[in-house]
Amino acid sequence: MKGWRCAAVVTLLMLVSAVTDPQQRLLFAEEVSSQPSETASASVAVLSIEQALLGIQSDDAAVRQASATFLIEKGDAGLIPKLDDIRAEGSRIVRQTIKPVVDLLKNKANLTNESPDFRRSAAADLALTGRVEAIPYLKEAADKEDVWWVRYTMEESWHLLELNSDDPAVRLEAVKKLGELRSLNSLSTLKELIEAGEQSEATEQQKELAAAGRAAVERIETWSMWAGVLETLFRGISLSSILLIMSLGLAIVFGLMGVINMAHGELMMIGAYATYVTQQAFIAWFSPDVFDWYFPAALPVAFLTAAAVGWVLEATVIRFLYGRLLETLLATWGISLILMQAARVYFGDLTAVIAPQALRGGAQVMVGVYLPYNRIFIIVLSIVCVVGVYYLLFRSNLGMRVRAVTQNRNMSACLGIPTRKVDSYTFAFASGLAGVAGWALTMVGNVDPGLGQNYIVDSFMVVVTGGVGKLAGTIWASLGIGGLNKVIEPFTGAVYGKVFILLGVILFLQWRPSGLFAAKGRSADA
Amino acid sequence: METGMPPCTENLSKTEESTTDSGSSRREFLSQSGKIAAGVGVAALLGNLGNYALSYAASGPPIKIGVLHSLSGTMAISEVSLRDVVLMAVEEINKAGGVMGREIQPVVVDPASNWDLFAEKAKQLLLQDKVSVVFGCWTSVSRKSVLPVFEKNNGLLFYPVQYEGEECSRNVFYTGAAVNQQAQPAVEYLMSPEGGSYKKFYLLGSDYVYPRTTNKILRAMLLAKGVPPANIAEEYTPFHHQDYQTICGKIKKFAAGGGAAVISTINGDSNVPFYKEFANQGLRAEDAPIMAFSVAEDELRGMDTTALVGHLAAWNYFQSVDTPQNKKFVANFKAYCKRNNLPDGENRVTDDPIEAAYFGVYVWKQAVEQAGSTEVDKVRRAVYNQKFLAPGGTIMMDCCNHHTHKPVLIGEILKDGQFKVIWRSKGLVKPEPWSEFTNPEKGCDWVNHQGTYQKK
Repeated sequence: MKGWRCAAVVTLLMLVSAVTDPQQRLLFAEEVSSQPSETASASVAVLSIEQALLGIQSDDAAVRQASATFLIEKGDAGLIPKLDDIRAEGSRIVRQTIKPVVDLLKNKANLTNESPDFRRSAAADLALTGRVEAIPYLKEAADKEDVWWVRYTMEESWHLLELNSDDPAVRLEAVKKLGELRSLNSLSTLKELIEAGEQSEATEQQKELAAAGRAAVERIETWSMWAGVLETLFRGISLSSILLIMSLGLAIVFGLMGVINMAHGELMMIGAYATYVTQQAFIAWFSPDVFDWYFPAALPVAFLTAAAVGWVLEATVIRFLYGRLLETLLATWGISLILMQAARVYFGDLTAVIAPQALRGGAQVMVGVYLPYNRIFIIVLSIVCVVGVYYLLFRSNLGMRVRAVTQNRNMSACLGIPTRKVDSYTFAFASGLAGVAGWALTMVGNVDPGLGQNYIVDSFMVVVTGGVGKLAGTIWASLGIGGLNKVIEPFTGAVYGKVFILLGVILFLQWRPSGLFAAKGRSADA
Repeated sequence: METGMPPCTENLSKTEESTTDSGSSRREFLSQSGKIAAGVGVAALLGNLGNYALSYAASGPPIKIGVLHSLSGTMAISEVSLRDVVLMAVEEINKAGGVMGREIQPVVVDPASNWDLFAEKAKQLLLQDKVSVVFGCWTSVSRKSVLPVFEKNNGLLFYPVQYEGEECSRNVFYTGAAVNQQAQPAVEYLMSPEGGSYKKFYLLGSDYVYPRTTNKILRAMLLAKGVPPANIAEEYTPFHHQDYQTICGKIKKFAAGGGAAVISTINGDSNVPFYKEFANQGLRAEDAPIMAFSVAEDELRGMDTTALVGHLAAWNYFQSVDTPQNKKFVANFKAYCKRNNLPDGENRVTDDPIEAAYFGVYVWKQAVEQAGSTEVDKVRRAVYNQKFLAPGGTIMMDCCNHHTHKPVLIGEILKDGQFKVIWRSKGLVKPEPWSEFTNPEKGCDWVNHQGTYQKK
């Protein structure tokens, strides 16, 4: 490393002196390449960059490196196209020499990009290049930076680069600073430093560095453990919110109406396809500027489409099967197969919804905790849905009628409640909720005919565990199952995580067959 | 009849008189036209027979081949394209005069993504339809299911998909890649300075035989190359897994500090949630590129590719391969799909298994012509060392192990769902059904040995 650096400095000096001395410059140009320098009459600065561009293609490794260093120091993003041209034609060695130059120049330019994401990426990439030349750019950029997370990355990167410094004091300072920053990215390098310090032939400096490294690593690891706890918590809530939003509709249909609706997943699928169709309509008829609005526009479309399908389903099939659990199960399962195959035939397997800009990426709330926007969105949506359902069921006229019919159908009919209408509205509303779930799920997963199948089992699990017929039960069950799943998964892996959750649910139902909250529904009365 | 008819006949003949001059009765008319019709029919039949006999005398009866790909169920998404391309190859060959002057007649069956049905349909093709060769299967489990049928009845199967190896059947020709023709070079590339000198590898796959075997081999290879076990992580998710939060969080920790790559053998519909979550958690292709072995152009078609751009895939062929024969192949395939009103028509794309299925038909044709017979034993011997100018470049069948020498390519995913080729192997890579890392003592050879043998 050091030897190379000396050689590079010497060659750089040669190059600089070559620039100043015309006689030598000519010699050097001939040495670098047989091509005559066409821009000999141009100004000195341009000439040296030209020369470096030639030098980088040289067969001599020292000349190549010197040219590369020169380009990194003096070059800017304007050179990238030229370098790319050289790279396209160059041999493997030339390509390898050019790559770090291009990367560095690109990242240097990106440090002042308009988008914070670009600036942060550039800073992170500069740290990976390991080139100390980048430190001043990073410091300069960090001074002007006003997004804390980007500034943090810049600081982290320049301290990481300082670990490569020749000055032991700078290195020591960098290690301490990285510990203060709780830099997760420095962990592997710090551990290497500690290892180096533990070896018997380690110098005093290395030992000192290792001691500082140990303190820093401890700090970082404690921090990252707590950050991990927070992230796990968030993941648990996020999975719970997905489970909740899927099960809400089912809780009404299964819990209140006593219908095992196996086609509930397909109603979700319909919501997802409604979103897809809305997107396609926006692509076809509206300007790309308003494209992102397709997503909010798809919400009513998804709700109404699914509700309409649910209404038809209720009117044609399910109304004849009230109170006959097994038959509703079989009939709706058949319907789910028909709907699935229909979607496969009509849409094919290859469809996708493009997430609107606002739901891409995430927010860095603190060091080590990064929360994706789409997940936050679904959490908020599920809360809104729960509140909405609560008000509809317990604070509105329709809700009162629904509950009355649930508790005693005949009595309600005698009191003049149109039970048939209540049934069909309730079913349509629950189907609409499934459509909303499908709409939201397009942000995390697929839009394909099997979408409903992936979720239906989980939804039933939530509703049954929560206690049939109880909204609160559904909420607690989804929180419990989602949270537990995410707590178990890091230790056991995804496959066994699922197995343990299923076992847990089975055992729980052995202990409390009617779920978390006991049922008082039509099925309980029967 | 006779007595009851006259008035009627009179009536009719009256009306007929008004329209025609002949004056013939209806019965006569009927019987006459009947005779004519019969005559025409017999003549046509005779002509047909004659034609048939003529063609038979010239070149023999058509050669039946079987096409055994799922056209419904979960695997239909991938396998339908293979049926399409096999039928296209058949159409091309027939147009150019068939095999040894004989027409190819494809028998298409639908095993419906049901592994037991695969064996049943294979039996039907071999015993009932008596096909000379079968082109089919996608998943390893379907191949394992038909294997005993082909071996018992001495059939011939061309299998066009990359797979985990550790198989050496006398009745199967593998035109897809073995592990050393896809996964191994891909990981070696990532370890090379050109590929980014990655030092840490996160092996992530769906939970079934292909990812598990592939990762077993890759792990052995990485350990042999001096990668410490702490730098290798291995994880599996169930089929249709949707929630990749925890795994992406783990990858983020694993990749902190740089130098990490993800090797993905995730299959099917889990890919979308995985790539989406990966991007949404702030991970970029620069932090940790995902090298995928099960994501090709056909899967990317219609996918939202924004989250995938910059990630990598390793195959033996990409639609973007720049050869004249590939341009023609891609154009022909699109035209074929449009002409036959197949779903998506012109927007269809080609990919590695599609290419492998396509050249499989031609390799078989060349072998039949060289052998001068469709008999399985003769054809098998003729397939060895057979060369063909496939769309992706010349390929060669191995002399002995029933696999295919192919080039290895690594591509970067572009926004339009196509791949930019960023690396290509020097020449063809020799297939190794038994990996040198996990089964160094085993070899596969049907010429000098009886299939799988112990190397000394």
